[in-house]
Amino acid sequence: MTVSQVSFGSHEPVLDVKNLTVKYIGDTRSTTAVDRVSFSIGTGEVFGLAGESGCGKSTIANSIMRLLKDPAKIAAGSISFGGKDVLAMSPEELRRFRWQDVAMVFQSAMNSLNPVLTIGEQIVDIFTTHAGYSRKESLRRAGQLLELVRIDPARLKSYPHQLSGGMRQRAVIAMAVALKPSLLILDEPTTALDVVVQQEIMAQIKELQRELGFSVLFITHDMSLMVELSHRMAVMYGGRIVETAKAQDVYANPRHPYTQALMGAFPPLTGPRVPLTGLPDGVKFRNIPDLTEAAPGHFVAPFGADAEAAVLEGAAR
Amino acid sequence: MRFILRRLGFYLIAFWASITLNFLLPRFMPGDPVSRMFARTQGKMQPEQIEALRKMLGVDTRPLWEQYVDYMHNILTGQMGVSISRFPTPVTEVIASQIGWTLLLGGTALVFAAIIGNLLGILAAWRRGGAIDSALPPLLIFIGSFPYFWLAMGALYLFGVVLGWFPIRHAFTDGLEPAFTWEFIGDVGAHLLLPALTIVLVSIGGWMLGMRNTMIATNSEDYITMAQAKGLRPGRIMLRYAARNAMLPSVTSFGMSLGFVVGGAMLTEVVFAYPGVGYQLLNAVQGLDYPLMQGLFLTITAAVLLANFLVDILYVRLDPRVRSN
Amino acid sequence: MTTAILKQPIEPTAARKPNRSFVHGLITNKKALVGMIVMLVFIALALLAPVLFPGEPSRITAMASLEPSPEHWLGTTAKGQDVLALTVHGSRSSLFVGLTVGFASTFIGILVGLASAYFGKFIDEALSLVTNVFLLLPGLPLLVILAAFLPPGLGTVILVLVVTGWAGSARVLRSQALSIRSKDFVAAAVVSGERAGRIMFREILPNMASNVMSTLLACVIYGIGAQAGLEFLGLGDVSTVSWGNNLFWAGNEGALLTGSWWVFVPSGVCIALVAFALALINYAVDEVTNPRLRKIKTPKNTERSAAK
Repeated sequence: MTVSQVSFGSHEPVLDVKNLTVKYIGDTRSTTAVDRVSFSIGTGEVFGLAGESGCGKSTIANSIMRLLKDPAKIAAGSISFGGKDVLAMSPEELRRFRWQDVAMVFQSAMNSLNPVLTIGEQIVDIFTTHAGYSRKESLRRAGQLLELVRIDPARLKSYPHQLSGGMRQRAVIAMAVALKPSLLILDEPTTALDVVVQQEIMAQIKELQRELGFSVLFITHDMSLMVELSHRMAVMYGGRIVETAKAQDVYANPRHPYTQALMGAFPPLTGPRVPLTGLPDGVKFRNIPDLTEAAPGHFVAPFGADAEAAVLEGAAR
Repeated sequence: MRFILRRLGFYLIAFWASITLNFLLPRFMPGDPVSRMFARTQGKMQPEQIEALRKMLGVDTRPLWEQYVDYMHNILTGQMGVSISRFPTPVTEVIASQIGWTLLLGGTALVFAAIIGNLLGILAAWRRGGAIDSALPPLLIFIGSFPYFWLAMGALYLFGVVLGWFPIRHAFTDGLEPAFTWEFIGDVGAHLLLPALTIVLVSIGGWMLGMRNTMIATNSEDYITMAQAKGLRPGRIMLRYAARNAMLPSVTSFGMSLGFVVGGAMLTEVVFAYPGVGYQLLNAVQGLDYPLMQGLFLTITAAVLLANFLVDILYVRLDPRVRSN
Repeated sequence: MTTAILKQPIEPTAARKPNRSFVHGLITNKKALVGMIVMLVFIALALLAPVLFPGEPSRITAMASLEPSPEHWLGTTAKGQDVLALTVHGSRSSLFVGLTVGFASTFIGILVGLASAYFGKFIDEALSLVTNVFLLLPGLPLLVILAAFLPPGLGTVILVLVVTGWAGSARVLRSQALSIRSKDFVAAAVVSGERAGRIMFREILPNMASNVMSTLLACVIYGIGAQAGLEFLGLGDVSTVSWGNNLFWAGNEGALLTGSWWVFVPSGVCIALVAFALALINYAVDEVTNPRLRKIKTPKNTERSAAK
C-alpha cells in the first residue's frame, strides 16, 4: 500500500527493551503500570504499540526517555539504545541522549508547547543547546524545518495559541526531527485532532520517515492507523503485552481475544461495513502469562483453556 | 489593547466608588464627628474656611445631588480642603510632602520581598523536598504570622534601642538638610533599612509560597516534560519554561497585594515615626482631622490603582495570549 | 497513565466518601494536628480567663513597669496592670472578633460566590465588579476612614472588618463555584428542575467544603490581624482589653523606649501563634486536598528512580 508497509527492519535493534517493569509507588500501596514488557525496534522500523488508554503505553514511552515523574519508578528491566544502557546514564549523558538520539511527539501539541515562547524560540532552543549553533544559524535552520513540514517560516514569530491545532502538531513534529534522531516516539500524535488533519499529519510523518529513515515507536489506540503505518506491532493490556507480530499478521489473524476485540472495535478504512464489536462488559484478564510463539514471528499470551494461569473473567462477575 | 482599556475602565469605576464612599460616609454615618472636629478648632479658622469644610463634610442644606456634583468637581480639581491637624496647610500639600517617603519605604520593601520571595519559591519548587523547600516555608509562615507593626516594634527595640545599630525614628537625622549628597543619601538609607526589613520579612513568605505552589502546578504541565525531553539544560527549563509561566499569576497577585503592603507599610511607619502617609494618617485620626483622612484615603487609593494599571501593562508584555486577544 | 491505577481492584479502605477521607487526612496530618492543639489551648484560655484571673484585668494591681517575677509572671505595664492577666483576657476579644469576622466574611463570600456562579451573566458581572473594587481598595486606609466616622465600639470594629474582608473570600469561592457549576451533575440538576437554592446549597456547596474551610481560616487570620492593626492605631474601643489594645497602650506608654519588652511581647506572640496555628491548618487543608503539594516520599530502597 505504501512504502512503510514494506519491512526493511534490520536485525540490529536500535532500541531493546527487556522485562521493563514500572510501578507507581503510593503512600500505602504500589501499582504496577508496566509489567515485564520486552520488545525491540530495528533500524528504520516502525513499531506500533496498541491498547486502551491506561494500559501502560505512554508509561513505556516515558520510560525510554526517562521522563517518568514521581511516583512512577522503573522497578526492574533494562532499556538499551544502540548498545548503551539508558537507565545507567548520568544526568548529562541523559540530557544529550534526549532529542539527539530519541525524540518524541506528545499527545497534545497545545499542551506540549510553551505558551509564552514563540515557535521559533522553542526550535532555536534545540539547536543552540545540542548543536551549538549561533542564534542566527539556529533561526535559519528553524525556518527550514518549518518549510519541511509545510509551514510558512514567517510563523517562527508566532506563539502557539496563534496556530491551528494541525499546525501546532506539525511544528512539534518539525522540532522532533530537528536533530535527525534515530528513534522517534509518537505518543498518540493525532488523538486531539480531527480526522482530516489526522490524515495530513500521518502522511507527513510517513514522508519524513521515508526521507530521514528514523525508526518509529508509534503509540495509539487506533488500530486502523496502526496497521497502516507499522511494520510490527504489539498489543498491550493491563501493563502486559498480550500479542506481538507483523502488523499485517495481527490485522489478518488476531489470536488473543483482547486483540480480536480491539480489532472489532474500529471500523476498517476500506471494505464492506461490518458491525462493531468490543470486549463484552465486565470481561477482564488477570495474571497474563508470558508470550509463546503461536506461528512463526507471531507471539501470543496463552489465554482461556490454553493455560490454567490465565483467567478470563466473564460477565458473571 | 482591549484588555488594557477594560482594565482602565475598571480602575476608573473603582476610583469613582472610593470618592463616592468618601462623600457618603460623613453624610450618612450616625453621630456627628464633624461638629466634634469643629469644636476642637474653634477660633483658629477663618469663616470661609469653615464654610468650605462644612460643605465638604456634609454639613450642608443643599440637595444631595447638588452637593455630590460639587464634591466631585472639588476632588477632581484637587481641592480637598485644609488640614485641621496641620492648620492651615491644604490637605494636598500635606500629602505631597509625605507620599514620597511612603513610596520609598513601601516600594523598596515590596520590590525586595517580591524578588527574593519569588526566587526562593522557584528554587523550592524546583528542588522538591530539598533544604529550601522543607525549612523555609514553615519558618516564613511563622514570621508572616506576626503583625507588621509588632515585628517592627520588636526590631526597633532589639536593633534600635538595645543594640543601637540603627536610628529608631524619622526618615533622616533631625537637622540634616535634605540634599543630593552621599551623606544625606546614606543617612536616609540607614533610616530606611530597619522598617523596610520588617516589611520584607513579614511579606516574603506569601510570595514564596504562592510562587512555589504555582511552580509545582506548572512543573506537571506537558510543556515542561517536552522541554526535558528536548534535553535542554535544567537551568533553562527552570527559568524559561517553568518560572516564566508560573510568574504570570505572581504578577497578578503583585498588583493585588499592593493595597495590603501599603497597609503594612503604614503601620510600620507609625512604629518608626517614619514621616509617610501612614504616620500622617495616625496623626489625622488622633487629631480628628477628617479632611486629611479623606484626602489620604483617596491618594493612597489612586496610587494603588495606578500601580495596578502599570502591573496590567507589564502583564500584557509577559503573556502573549492576552496581547493578541 | 494514571488511569492504570484506577483499573486496579480498589481496596475497601480507599472507597471511603471523599468527605470522610478529608477529615481523616486532616486529623492525621502533623501540621494540622499542631495547629489544632494550639488553637484549642487558646480557646480554653479565653474561656477560662475569668476563672484564672478573676476581676477586671485592666485594674491597677502593682507598681508600674515591673519586670517578670513570681508574682507577676509577665511583669506589669507602665500603669501597673498585670500583663499576664491582660494577655489572657485579651484572647477573649481577639478570638471573638476574629471568629465572628471570619464566619461573617466567609458567609457573605459563599453567598456572593454561589450567586455569581449559579446565575452567571449580568449578576455575575455586577457581583464580580463589586468584589474586585473592594479587593483593590487598600484595606487599611479604608478601615481607618470607616472606623473614624463610625461610633467607636466592638460592633464597629467587626462591621468594618467584615466590610473590608468579605471580598477576598468571595473571589476565591466564586472561581471554585464556577468550576463546579460547569460539571455535568449540576447541569443534570438544572435540567431536572431543581430549585436554585437547592442546587446552590445542596449540589454545589458541599463540593467546595475544603475551599470554604480554607477561606474561613484565612478570614479568621485576617480578622485577628486587622483588628490588632486597627486597635494599634487607636481606632478600636480603647477601653476593652484585647491583644491589639494591649499593644496600643504599650506603644502609647513608651514601653519600647523604656525597655519594657515584656509589655509588648506577649500579645504579639499570641497573635502570631494563633495566626500561625490557623495557617498550619490551612496549609494542611491544601495538602490533603491537593496531593501534588504533599511531601514526596523518597523510598530508601534500591529501586532505580526514573525521574529526571
